[in-house]
Amino acid sequence: MAILIDERSRVLVQGITGREGALHAARMRAAGTDLVAGVSPGKGGQTVEGAPVFDAVAPAVAATGADVAVLFVPARFARDAMIEAADAGIRLTVCVTEGIPVRDMAEVAAHLSRRGCTLVGPNGPGLITPRRCSAGIMPADVFAPGTVGLVSRSGTLTYEVVHELTQVGIGQSTVVGMGGDPIHGVGFLECLELFEADDETEAVVLIGEIGGDDEERAAEYVREHVSKPVVAYIAGFGAPPGKRMGHAGAIVEGSSGTAAEKKTALEAAGIPVASAPADVVTLLQAQLERRRSP
Amino acid sequence: MDLLEHRGKSLFAGAGLPVLPSRVASTAAKARVAAVELGLPVVVKAQVKAGGRGKAGGIRLCRAEGEVAAAAADILAMSIRGQAVTCVLVEQAVEIARELYLAISSSRAQRGPLLIFSAEGGIDIEEVARRNPGALVRTPVDPLLGLCDYQVRDVVAAAGLAPELAGPGGTPAKQALAGAVRALWRLYRDVDATLCEINPLVFTEAGEVVCLDSKVTIDDNALYRHVELKAEAAAGAEDREARARQAGLAFVALDGDIGVLGNGAGLVMSTIDQIAAAGGSAADFCDIGGGARAEVVAAALDVILSMGTVSALLVSIFGGITRCDEVARGLVQVFGQARLDVPVVVRLDGNAAAEGRAVLAGARLPGLTVATGAAEAVRRAVAGAAAQAGPGARREG
Repeated sequence: MAILIDERSRVLVQGITGREGALHAARMRAAGTDLVAGVSPGKGGQTVEGAPVFDAVAPAVAATGADVAVLFVPARFARDAMIEAADAGIRLTVCVTEGIPVRDMAEVAAHLSRRGCTLVGPNGPGLITPRRCSAGIMPADVFAPGTVGLVSRSGTLTYEVVHELTQVGIGQSTVVGMGGDPIHGVGFLECLELFEADDETEAVVLIGEIGGDDEERAAEYVREHVSKPVVAYIAGFGAPPGKRMGHAGAIVEGSSGTAAEKKTALEAAGIPVASAPADVVTLLQAQLERRRSP
Repeated sequence: MDLLEHRGKSLFAGAGLPVLPSRVASTAAKARVAAVELGLPVVVKAQVKAGGRGKAGGIRLCRAEGEVAAAAADILAMSIRGQAVTCVLVEQAVEIARELYLAISSSRAQRGPLLIFSAEGGIDIEEVARRNPGALVRTPVDPLLGLCDYQVRDVVAAAGLAPELAGPGGTPAKQALAGAVRALWRLYRDVDATLCEINPLVFTEAGEVVCLDSKVTIDDNALYRHVELKAEAAAGAEDREARARQAGLAFVALDGDIGVLGNGAGLVMSTIDQIAAAGGSAADFCDIGGGARAEVVAAALDVILSMGTVSALLVSIFGGITRCDEVARGLVQVFGQARLDVPVVVRLDGNAAAEGRAVLAGARLPGLTVATGAAEAVRRAVAGAAAQAGPGARREG
């Protein structure tokens, strides 16, 4: 099963004739993705990475049955591209683009939710179900198939944690990078719900950072709805208030959004919080052992 | 990008929000002239992008012409929360009957704009939220539908205005407030704001509604579609953080002495936390993004070392798509040219890490050590900084 994407996903790449689009289309395909189409307005008729290129999303969906769209589109055109995908009936839109205006994202989020289209991103690495489907820019070599689900607010930190897991033989069901923007698609709650219902997922890792209250709400959700073991890592204990730490959404405002608060909330819900990325492995192993030997 | 009060107010005025006549002045003499033109009494206000101006003495009421120059001179000599005051706003004073609070802010939880109103204004709104949450109206505005009439009516009802209250020309106060709420929404949307706050929004003794303060934050990602704000954007680029941004870096200065740079915001934050856990303290947050090209690394070094507070440098790279050997070649190029008198620890993991470490080892750069894993790198950097800072422990050349 995995969540959101698997070998049955039919992936379309918007912006496939651009440098990034072509590069990552090739990487996704090499990672096992069923790449069925590309879209670049005005470039229809070409073939990139064995996929036919269309001028618009709707005809591409009609011709190929694509259900997942991955965007490699500059920030100022991303709003239109995401709306086009949703209007064409795409089930899951993945947006890697950084720097999209907040107003555009608010409008896109509202429109996509009305269309019933799920969004991953923007300003994130996308998601991967190892060896079966990659929708985004995650480095497939770091990942291995397995039973740990992971959802994260950070890109490189995700790779780092997954690298540690893979090294000790802990594979992953699906890994989702929700992106660093304040307004984004699926988050901890949506992924926790999907992982809880997924037969292939045994445990879940949450990787959070300063800003907002996503981790606090995730803690509340886990307490009430999740039976599987969950462990977490939070970055940004050393972040000063009022400063954006790289990600647009990573900012401590007043006394809220601090890493310490998030750690407290997670631990109060019975979720162990690792003190360094590498410690996620030990915490996870302990949780899995406890679960396997009741 | 945060706007100064006077710039926010000129946007307010353009959007049809009521503001008082005012002038910006950069010297005490100009402030006095402005006061004479406006008519006394006036309020002289420090123009800085920081809260707590009033408490810091940055806002002064002047009833006589003679007071204005002295007040302006005092304020212009001030520094409020680390920001030097370079100009003041001289504004006509009014008799305040009631203070309210009105704001629209981008909400992460609502995935869109949130309208916030309080019948109590002029004070810290977080304080109102804690003490009397019922006094707050918080209503999400649908980004596609816009502000609806019922939401405006909710705000007006919450204000509890007497039906007979009316301003000059007989405009009912309720109607004036409704107009201000609608105007603020239009402005918020049109300028791509992430915050438009009026605290306080006041009713004067004459029954008029007036925005006494403005706090406007413009979405940096949307600046490309606002040529009218270009001057502000350029002015802001003088500080170190803005300069770093132009070089493609995300940079924040911190209090410690270990310079940090890495690829990815989460990775860098995590590195800073691990330094603190190991007994050290980071001098900065610096995300060089994906790719780690030599010129970006060089720009990052430039910014970090220009702080003059660094006694060790930690470079933390996890290669995802990026190959570590390519990063290593970039580092060799940069460190081969830069004359660093602090120890440098480079941590390479992930894609082609072994090859990358070999490249660095082969280059034999003095003072540079290569580490495997974040923990080892952090330990070495903290030890390096301690040795550097310790008495008589300065490294030779």
